[in-house]
Amino acid sequence: MNMETSQAGMGNNTVMCLLTDPEGTNLGSAMYIPQTAGPLQLTQLVNRFLNNEEMLPYSFYVSDEELLVPVGTYLEKNQVSVEKVLTIVYQQQAVFRIRPVNRCSQTIAGHAEAVLCVSFSPDGKQLASGSGDTTVRLWDLNTETPLFTCKGHRNWVLSIAWSPDGKHLVSGSKSGEICCWNPKKGELDGNPLTGHKKWITGISWEPVHLSSPCRRFVTSSKDGDARIWDVTLKKTLICLSGHTLAVTCVKWGGDGIIYTGSQDCTIKMWETTQGKLIRELKGHGHWVNSLALSTEYVLRTGAFDHTGRQYPPNEEMKKALERYNQTKGDSPERLVSGSDDFTMFLWEPSVSKQPKKRLTGHQQLVNHVYFSPDGKWIASASFDRSVRLWNGVTGQFVTAFRGHVGPVYQVSWSADSRLLLSGSKDSTLKIWEIRTKTLKQDLPGHADEVFAVDWSPDGEKVVSGGKDKVLKLWKG
Amino acid sequence: MPQGDYIELHRKKHGRRLDYEERKRKKEARAVHKRSKQAQNSIGIKGKMIAKKNYAEKAQMKKTLKMHEESSSRRKADEDVQEGAVPAYLIDRENTSRAKVLSNTIKQKRKEKAGKWEVPLPKVRPVAEDEMFRVIRSGKRKTKQWKRMVTKATFVGPGFTRKPPKYERFIRPSGLRFTKAHVTHPELRCTFCLEIIGIKKNPNGPMYTSLGVMTRGTIIEVNVSELGLVTPAGKVVWGKYAQVTNNPENDGCINAVLLV
Repeated sequence: MNMETSQAGMGNNTVMCLLTDPEGTNLGSAMYIPQTAGPLQLTQLVNRFLNNEEMLPYSFYVSDEELLVPVGTYLEKNQVSVEKVLTIVYQQQAVFRIRPVNRCSQTIAGHAEAVLCVSFSPDGKQLASGSGDTTVRLWDLNTETPLFTCKGHRNWVLSIAWSPDGKHLVSGSKSGEICCWNPKKGELDGNPLTGHKKWITGISWEPVHLSSPCRRFVTSSKDGDARIWDVTLKKTLICLSGHTLAVTCVKWGGDGIIYTGSQDCTIKMWETTQGKLIRELKGHGHWVNSLALSTEYVLRTGAFDHTGRQYPPNEEMKKALERYNQTKGDSPERLVSGSDDFTMFLWEPSVSKQPKKRLTGHQQLVNHVYFSPDGKWIASASFDRSVRLWNGVTGQFVTAFRGHVGPVYQVSWSADSRLLLSGSKDSTLKIWEIRTKTLKQDLPGHADEVFAVDWSPDGEKVVSGGKDKVLKLWKG
Repeated sequence: MPQGDYIELHRKKHGRRLDYEERKRKKEARAVHKRSKQAQNSIGIKGKMIAKKNYAEKAQMKKTLKMHEESSSRRKADEDVQEGAVPAYLIDRENTSRAKVLSNTIKQKRKEKAGKWEVPLPKVRPVAEDEMFRVIRSGKRKTKQWKRMVTKATFVGPGFTRKPPKYERFIRPSGLRFTKAHVTHPELRCTFCLEIIGIKKNPNGPMYTSLGVMTRGTIIEVNVSELGLVTPAGKVVWGKYAQVTNNPENDGCINAVLLV
């Protein structure tokens, strides 16, 4: 009885809808869609309109809220009139789905001091970690045991970075030297590179689609400059000086621009052929702690994707370019910066010097910001014990994930952008689901603070390391 | 002391003695021996002053020599690897170096069962009943003396309501009721003001425990949720035991030390 009257009230059982993609272009014209249509039927519709060969998954949003129920139920709940045309924005989701990890498969000891940084190689087959005992260790993922111990640094190893083709591993230490390692043999490649006068705060490689094979990388240091190095020539190519205080993070963008964030509250953009300053982005009131680019994940993984195929060198560049363009889309690259002044800024650096949006809400300093692999979400970890989720395109606040009882140090995304991982001072890791915006899994087990987390690009494993000197591998 | 320049005038007019240079050279050569003889043979305050001056000169000379030595062989100073490695984003931040604060709940539960505690104050001075209670006279002629008023600090939980005044034997004055304690962590050496959850044990007797009296040596349970402690299993710790270390009735506040 109830159903009949409500249906009669709605009239024709259909509603006028207009499907648009995230950038605003309409898919066909407005059409009548039955009100019993849910996300599944809409997916089929979109696939048919786009003439996709395979059924790709899509998620639908009506005025920034995700549509999880049939259209009719949504209209009823929100009292939207049937007369007006309903705009439904569709977004493609990743074709593969990552299983959330829920158990610690192995606790590997080996380091003699706290583990400071961990990183999976871009193909997800190798794992490297740097620690306070001055060694870099490579671990075998099949047997989950130590593989190589790389000695060569004189002080704590603060950062490591894999080249996007997976052939080089570079690590920076507290004494300002950089060591290049051969990951297959675990040996030092040549001598440590000197040049920086104080400790290294960050390392970033040149993207594969700009130059293959990978040769150049940029490092940032506390002494205020960033240096571009060539790994085959083993020397500094260009020194980018200009910051007055320590440079806290550096990122090599997909359009060939280097972004550096510093404690002097500014972000500088440099061009890479001559090392000239292009632009300076001002706005923050305190140290810039962390930078993130919307295409960062794709730049890090290069030509590797979820299928796990290997490509010969000349094809690598093409494939990497293809993946980069797919993620970037038509809009310009976006940059988000997190600072000690408790706020973040969303910039479109190639468009304008002014920030696009200021993201406020955190109650303590923002330690780490990270774009999701598809560029749709921004996650920020802060010392106020919360992780906040923002819309990656507009910068609008979506939700705050609360649950940690200590400052959150680092976040990491799964390769399909559906799960978010956070590691904190309270020794736990937590996995948050983006669709339901709740806690998916709690991963306790570390005995002390968790300093570094990473999710492998193939989605199989999560690694975390911290003050208790052990590396923990988590599996689904 | 020459006043005027007649000495210099004479020097200009007539020059110096013929053996002036030689005498000067020899005198300077002897000066070293004279200085050392003076330093060795002076006694009293004079000797002390000379010794002090000589020592200051020696130290200064040593420093300049070392400085000169350093510049001749320039080496990059070997920085030693320090303890307490932190990642790059924490280096510039002053974080209090801390001991591990996690406690093992199983161990604690076992201790609870045994009723034995390793406490900072194992023995306390016993408090006599007449010190603890004051006799309150009641009744129309003030002859009845069965009421007692507690003279020490007490804790009554949040849902406490008095018994009807005609029947209550023990009076706990509201001025002596406390809800918060200043709890010190023994290893971190920092003090927090935490809410009291309850009284676990008063060493003077079970009666005082049930009344909620807090004297020196009492074990209380405090709310530590603001410390952000987590057990190895991942659960959040929100209550811990602490022992009272002062006499709250004299100070007006409760100081306690956390039992880790």
